Amino acid sequence: MQKITRDVLVSKAISLLEDGNVSHVLGWRKGEFDYDITPSVFSEKEDIENNFVWNDFCGANFSKYLVQKTRKLEGKILVFLKPCDTYSFNQLLTEHRFDRDNVYAVGIPCEGMADISKVKKICGEGISSIDFDGDNILVNTVYEDAPIVIDAKSVLSERCINCKSKKHVAFDELIGEEGEIIESGRFDEVEKLEKMTPDERFEFWQSELSKCIRCNACRDVCPACTCEKCVFDNPKSGVENKAPANSFEEKMFHIIRAFHVAGRCTDCGECSRVCPQDIPLHLLNRKFIKDIDNFYGEYQAGAEVGSRAPLVDYTTEDVEPSDIFEGRNG
Amino acid sequence: MQVNEYKPLIVAFCCNWCSYAGADLAGNNRLNYPADVKIIRVPCSCRVNPTFILRAFQKGADGVILCGCHPGDCHYTSGNYYTRRRMSLLFSMLDYLGIERERTRVEWVSAAEGAKFAATMNDFAEKVVALGKNKRLEDLRCKK
Repeated sequence: MQKITRDVLVSKAISLLEDGNVSHVLGWRKGEFDYDITPSVFSEKEDIENNFVWNDFCGANFSKYLVQKTRKLEGKILVFLKPCDTYSFNQLLTEHRFDRDNVYAVGIPCEGMADISKVKKICGEGISSIDFDGDNILVNTVYEDAPIVIDAKSVLSERCINCKSKKHVAFDELIGEEGEIIESGRFDEVEKLEKMTPDERFEFWQSELSKCIRCNACRDVCPACTCEKCVFDNPKSGVENKAPANSFEEKMFHIIRAFHVAGRCTDCGECSRVCPQDIPLHLLNRKFIKDIDNFYGEYQAGAEVGSRAPLVDYTTEDVEPSDIFEGRNG
Repeated sequence: MQVNEYKPLIVAFCCNWCSYAGADLAGNNRLNYPADVKIIRVPCSCRVNPTFILRAFQKGADGVILCGCHPGDCHYTSGNYYTRRRMSLLFSMLDYLGIERERTRVEWVSAAEGAKFAATMNDFAEKVVALGKNKRLEDLRCKK
């Protein structure tokens, strides 16, 4: 359950809109179901009052939307940023993807977002509505008369279990209390995989990545993927098929996708959230982050504006590619 | 005489200024290295995008080796330093996905090191032959 209520955000948005400080509000709108909350632009007071949503399913990271919206819309845009979103926000500013003057950023605390696929594992399909009561999520389904009560902590998304920071690194105004950077165990899963034998690792990734349907949702949602022309849209890229025609294809797609954001990925976890096949894509990105930390010193993309990404930088003392496996088994 | 001996396909990306000249020197000196090594000349080792390496594997390569100037000797001052970072990460990722480590390599070969070039290629080809056909990163559509 989120500590701040929807009403606080709605009144903040309306007051800023009415004062003329901002002309548009980037917020969460109710989707077709209670759990598919859609990012949306609001510009009318009534619209915000009726359709603005803030609950445990508002996982969407708005940073990427600013790239297009600041160009298309007139005036300032109010954007609500959760702590992990602020890292992407900073990273995009570092890359000069949008103009900071066109944005009014309001930092909001986050208690972790729910993962709908975990909810569905408990109560099955046929969810008709979702309510919140304290720390519990009440799920009404078409098959049951009484709502199914689920502890919100038990259905936290993987990225929120391993939350890396509750501290906002960029904002104009902060609602609620500021949190701290957390020592999370986000690399534990990566280490577990590293300890496997190569055959086991291959087996693991083969079974995970073969689920890929090449919907490109991971690319489209990624705040680091903001190229206007993407290599994957090139019909000669070798990974152009709508559905992977070969087991190599999905591997190549995912290696390249992760490599393109290596050093710029803030580990916001959006790729895994949107994956309709529940592939743990964050494990690829975290591997790069872990390697960068190991080889070139700790680096958190987006922690500050203007920092130099590790892959566009070098030192003369860098580790040789032939030495990277020293002291590692397998 | 051996019949049906396994012939690997090895792709070597060589930078124009050092390693390609090194390969030339190896040829001039009549040094032997496997004919299975197909050299692709690139302006700088930094020109090699990670996609190139994956693409080579997709098209049926059994091993990919990238040769460039020694760190500090790059014709473009700093190209190979970037290569070094990129390839460290890419090779580590390929290992993470369960691809054999010996299939990829980076070697710094200068224009004066014809002997090193030949020795490197012999050694690399031997390791790739020991691994056998590249089954994990092949694309059946590219098979002739």
